[in-house]
Amino acid sequence: MSRRASLLGVLGRLEGLPVAVVLALLYAVFIFAAPTVFTGYRIYMSFFQTVPPMLVLAIGLTFVITAGEIDLSFPAVVALSGFVFTWCFQTFGVGWPGFLLALLAGALVGWVNGFLVARLRVPSIMATLAAQFFWYGFTILVAGGLQIDIASVISTPVHTIFVGRVFQVFPLQALWSLGLVIFFWFILNRHRFGQAIMFIGDNAEVARVMGIGVEATRIRLFTLNGALAAFAGLLLTLEINVFYPTQGQGMLLPVMAAVFIGGTSIAGGQGVLMGTLFGMYIIGSLEAGVVATGIGGYWVQLVEGLVMAASVILNIVIGDEGLSALAWTARRWAAPSPSPEKEGRGGG
Amino acid sequence: MAESNPAPTALRMIDIAKYFGSVCALKDINFEVGRNEIVGLIGDNGAGKSTLVKILTGVFPPTSGQLFIADRRVDTGSYSVKTAHSLGIETVYQDKSLGEKQAMWRNFFIGRELTYPLGFLRVREQKKIAHEIMVNTIGFRGRGIGVESKASKLSGGERQGVAIGRAMHFEADLIILDEPTVALSLKEVRKVLNFVHKIKEGGKACIYISHNIADVYEIADRFVVIDRGEIVAGVEKGKISLKELDEFLLEYSHGLKDRGRQ
Repeated sequence: MSRRASLLGVLGRLEGLPVAVVLALLYAVFIFAAPTVFTGYRIYMSFFQTVPPMLVLAIGLTFVITAGEIDLSFPAVVALSGFVFTWCFQTFGVGWPGFLLALLAGALVGWVNGFLVARLRVPSIMATLAAQFFWYGFTILVAGGLQIDIASVISTPVHTIFVGRVFQVFPLQALWSLGLVIFFWFILNRHRFGQAIMFIGDNAEVARVMGIGVEATRIRLFTLNGALAAFAGLLLTLEINVFYPTQGQGMLLPVMAAVFIGGTSIAGGQGVLMGTLFGMYIIGSLEAGVVATGIGGYWVQLVEGLVMAASVILNIVIGDEGLSALAWTARRWAAPSPSPEKEGRGGG
Repeated sequence: MAESNPAPTALRMIDIAKYFGSVCALKDINFEVGRNEIVGLIGDNGAGKSTLVKILTGVFPPTSGQLFIADRRVDTGSYSVKTAHSLGIETVYQDKSLGEKQAMWRNFFIGRELTYPLGFLRVREQKKIAHEIMVNTIGFRGRGIGVESKASKLSGGERQGVAIGRAMHFEADLIILDEPTVALSLKEVRKVLNFVHKIKEGGKACIYISHNIADVYEIADRFVVIDRGEIVAGVEKGKISLKELDEFLLEYSHGLKDRGRQ
C-alpha cells in the first residue's frame, strides 16, 4: 500500500465524509449562484432553525433502518407530541410536565409499534403504516381538528433551553440535535445496544444464536424512535409556538431521503449517523438554495432528485473500502494495468 | 471407584421432546456426551439434528425432558444462549455464526461484549484480543484480513476458523460443530478436523454433526444416528469400520424407504 492510499484510507474511514463533501460542493454552488443570500449568515441561521426537528427524526430512522426495519409512524408522533405538550401547557401553565408527558407519549406509541413487530410479528412497514393513520387520527380527534396558539410559551424555561437563541441569533435546537447525533453515534458504534441493532439488521438469526435478545432489542428500538420523534415534535412546536394537527406531515420522505443520502443501506446491518447529519442538511438546504439561485421554484424537486441520486451512487461506488477504493478506480482509469487484481466496484 | 457411579458427562439429555405446535420434531431423546468424548451426530436433512442442537445451546427450550450439563440439572425454562455460554457450551454453526457486514472484532465478542459499566464497549481491548486469536489461534497472516475486516471478506474456511477460534477463546468444555465443513475446500476441511483433534487432546468434549461419514468416522469416538426425530442407533467407533458404518446407514435409509412404500 502506498502512503497516499493509506492516507485516503484514513480519510475514507471518517464517517460521512463523502456526504460532507457533497454538502460543501452544494454550498459552493449556492454561494456562486446566489452570493447575496449565501454569503450572509441569515440563511444559515434559518437552516439551523428548520433542519433540527427533521435531523432528530433522521437519527431515530437511521437506527430503525440499521436494524432492518422501517418506521412510517414518526410524523404522526410529531403531531401527537405537539398536542400533548400544548394541552398540558394550557392546563398547567408551565412547560416541563407537558414536555415529559409528550416524550412519554412518543415512547408509548413506539413501544406499541415494537410490540406489534417483535411479539406479534407484524411486518414493521404495515404496523407503522397503521400507526401513522391511527395516531394522526387520534390527534385530530382529541384536538378537535383545530390548531392551538401558545404564544406565551416563549417566556418559559423549556422554550429558552431548547429553542432559545445564543447571542440572539443562533438557534439552540441546532446544538441539541447535533449533540444527539454525537451521543447516538456512540450508542450505535460503541455500545452493546447499537451493536445488537447492527447484528439484528445484518442477520437476526445470527444475533439470536449468539445470545442477543432479538425481540427485546426490537421493542427498545421502536420505543427509542417514538421518544425521539416526540422530541422532534417538541422542538417544532416550541419553535413556532403553535400546535397544528397536521404537523409533521411532509417530513416522512425528506427524512428518509436524508438517511439514504447519508449512506445507510436499506438492507440493514450498517448505519451511518454522520452521513445522516450531512444528508439532512443537504435535503434541508436544497429548497431554499434552489429558490435563492433564481432558477425558479419549479426546479426544486428535480434538483433534489439529482442530488439524492448522485449521493447514493457516490456511496455505492465508495462502498466498504472507503476512499482508497475510489483512488484505486481512478488510478485504474488513468493507467490500466495488466495485473489481475480484484475488481474495483466502480470500475469498467 | 464404585461401579454404580455413572461416568461423568459433559451433557446428558433425558426423554427430551420438542413439538412445534402439533408437529413433533424430537421425541424420546436420550443422549449423552462424555467429558472427553467426540460424538458424531449423523442424520439426514430434517432428521432433527438442528433442533437438538438448538435445544442444548439454549436457542429454544424443549417441550419436555431433562437436561444435565456437566452432570448438573439445568432449568430448561430459563435456559438461554447466555446460560449455555456461561456453562461452557460453544456452538459453531454452518452458516450463521458471523454477522456478514460486521467487523471481526465485533463478531468475536457479540453476545458477551467486554463493556464499561454503562454498557459501552471496550473497543481497544476487544480488538487486541481478537487480533491475538486471529494471529495465534487461527493463523491469519498477512492476508490483508485484520480485526477491522468485515466477515464478508472471509472465505468459508476462514469463517469457520473464526467461529472455532472464538469457541476456543471462551474455553468451552463442550463444542458443538454443526455441519462445519459444508462448502469448504479440502484443505480447509483438514483444518477443521485438526481442530477437532485438538479438542480431544485438550480434554474437552465435542459434538460433531456432518453429512460426510468419512469425516465423522475419522474424528468421532462414537456415532449417534438420528432419524425422524428419534435416536435410532448408537455405535462405538471400535465396533464398526467406516465401510460397515457407511453400509449400515445406507441399508438403514433404504430400509426406511422400503417400509415407507409398503
